[in-house]
Amino acid sequence: MDRAATAEKIAGIIEPFNKKGVEITDASTFAGDLEFDSLTVMDFVAAIEDEFDIIISMNQQAEIETYGQLIDAVVKLQG
Amino acid sequence: MTDLFSKFDPLIELRTNLLSQGQEDPFNLVMERVISPTEAVCNGRPTILLGTYNYMGMTFDPDVIEAGKQALDDFGSGTTGSRVLNGTYAGHRAVEDALKEFYGMDHAMVFSTGYQANLGIISTVAGKGDYIVLDIDSHASIWDGCKMGDAEVVPFKHNDIEAMEKRLKRIPEGAGKLVVLEGVYSMLGDIAPLKEMIKVAKDNGAMVLVDEAHSMGFIGPNGRGVAEDQGVLDQVDFVIGTFSKSVGTVGGFCVSNHPKFEILRLVCRPYVFTASLPPSVVHTAATSIRKLMHAGNKRAHLWENSRVLHQGLRDKGFQLGTEKAESAIIAVIMPDLEKGAAMWEALLKEGLYVNLARPPATPANMTLLRCSLCAEHTAEQVQTIIGMFERAGKAVGII
Repeated sequence: MDRAATAEKIAGIIEPFNKKGVEITDASTFAGDLEFDSLTVMDFVAAIEDEFDIIISMNQQAEIETYGQLIDAVVKLQG
Repeated sequence: MTDLFSKFDPLIELRTNLLSQGQEDPFNLVMERVISPTEAVCNGRPTILLGTYNYMGMTFDPDVIEAGKQALDDFGSGTTGSRVLNGTYAGHRAVEDALKEFYGMDHAMVFSTGYQANLGIISTVAGKGDYIVLDIDSHASIWDGCKMGDAEVVPFKHNDIEAMEKRLKRIPEGAGKLVVLEGVYSMLGDIAPLKEMIKVAKDNGAMVLVDEAHSMGFIGPNGRGVAEDQGVLDQVDFVIGTFSKSVGTVGGFCVSNHPKFEILRLVCRPYVFTASLPPSVVHTAATSIRKLMHAGNKRAHLWENSRVLHQGLRDKGFQLGTEKAESAIIAVIMPDLEKGAAMWEALLKEGLYVNLARPPATPANMTLLRCSLCAEHTAEQVQTIIGMFERAGKAVGII
């Protein structure tokens, strides 16, 4: 799946987690702009993992701060 | 200069606000005198203890105390050395022998604390390129063991067999896999479906580590824990445990049937680079463990206590962490930290000590009053405790 298609799918997945309806760009941060706490992160990561049938380990999650970085990581993890 | 302590400001403010309202500090209690495993004088008041993890009440067992006194006379107050240098005494071997017998396993390795047992085994066994698949509600010592090692860390939703299986199946072929579970989860007192989870782990080629800290001594036909109770102990590669709960002293351990297990003594840093337990501690532990092998009546009474307290608190209208009593931990769910702290203080003034547990230690940002029962609590004490909860709950406005 290319970046555009991956981004579109992730946009659909993040919607229910974006409770405050923040406008999301590639530069949006999960902790800062989206105010995700650790529980939300876990549920959101699980949803992404299940959709793309991948693992995003805690080690990899630590490197992902922005929405754009997440899309890049998912593209890469799909191989 | 940036003050390195500024990161603690939110917590400092939270504490200041809580304590400024005259609240007694829930995290600064002093036990001035300890009368028995179930009673002490706390902050000047005679208090029933219901938050000690002293499940089997071994801390004042006369044989246990005698063994410790004798060891102080015979071996001195401390070893001043690592287990692999000058810190292995006869007592360290004796307690490892007692553990092997208790669990019916080939190998036992004793650490200076339970925290170090998880830290050491997990960080050493799972290395670079390996995967650790663990329950999201795992104890801090498990998480810290993951952080200290170089493996990829993959958490799954609490007790969710399907979520665990999916993650195991996605791990690249050929990678080493360690599944980390707990028998009893200490925050809510719920148990894991180990039988199903261990089968899934084994079917997917993973080794399995189970932390049985909160089950040793009273869950399972021989008190070996939840894995024994569910008939799957022989499938567990590593059991982690502690001396600081049912055994009644301090220390941690790992037991295993792995044929190469003994090599860990040379490569496990939290085992090598610290001083071993004092002789008095290992002798009290060995004596206690051997007595726990034959503690059937105490086990039965502890279960009775746990069920009666669970039912009693439910009947009074408290919201509890589990549907029924699954362990000797009964977690009472509080609406928020302020009410929880007020309830904790009201109970203390009634003469009852429980643990106040709050995020991040708790799951789902809950505030809990965690009760842990002891086999030495009398049936009358349990009724007294229910009465104290009712009065305090009404005073604080929770029920």
